[in-house]
Amino acid sequence: MISRIPILKLRDCLIVSIQWELDDQTALAFQEDLLAKLHTTAARGVVLDLTPIDFIDSFIAKVLGDVISMSGLMGAKVVITGIQPAVAITLIELGIRLENVVTALDLENGLEKLERELED
Amino acid sequence: MNLRSSVDIISEWDIVAARQLGRNEAKDVGFGTVDQARITTAISELARNIYLYAEKGNIEIKQISEGNLKGLLVIASDKGPGIADVRKAMEDGYTTSGGLGAGLPGVKRLMDDFKIETVVDEGTVITATKWMR
Repeated sequence: MISRIPILKLRDCLIVSIQWELDDQTALAFQEDLLAKLHTTAARGVVLDLTPIDFIDSFIAKVLGDVISMSGLMGAKVVITGIQPAVAITLIELGIRLENVVTALDLENGLEKLERELED
Repeated sequence: MNLRSSVDIISEWDIVAARQLGRNEAKDVGFGTVDQARITTAISELARNIYLYAEKGNIEIKQISEGNLKGLLVIASDKGPGIADVRKAMEDGYTTSGGLGAGLPGVKRLMDDFKIETVVDEGTVITATKWMR
């Protein structure tokens, strides 16, 4: 029942669009898949687009936060894009602060931000 | 009006089933997208607490009304170990699971009314209501 999330490579970045609600196993499988892909492609950045996601609970938030830290350990920067208003509101009310996470409004802004970060 | 539906929480997949049911019920009542997200998230947290601490239990969702007010009532019940220190469980950042859940204070903030009844070694019943404004 685990669905795998496709991870695309564009130049030295990986692009991930999460298109459906994440269950625990899919989220954990994604964590491993992304790190494996970073390892094989030597990508330096990741854009993680969450536009279609209409809610994030504490578990998914933890998995996302962890994957960002883990990618950092592997020398890659992650930018999260497309967080919907309802998701932003519920995450903060729930008490979850995704601190030190780079975010952008949409995929286009996210890629630009990532390219700037990688230049520094 | 008293429409009810429920999901038994036995495996991780039931957490998904419970929050999908919650979202459908919230849509059905007429809640907006932000409240739908609040209700879905709250149910996900409550179902995860059952799965983590009590192993099994039940999430019941009821459409309720009081005068002109419409709302959704969520009842999370289990026959698990109970909560020894409710005051502590309601503190932000308190966890006995290593931070897997945001915990009960988060759920309380997402919903309008929130009540815990718990007896150690007997179980816990949490009722949370969201009213449509």
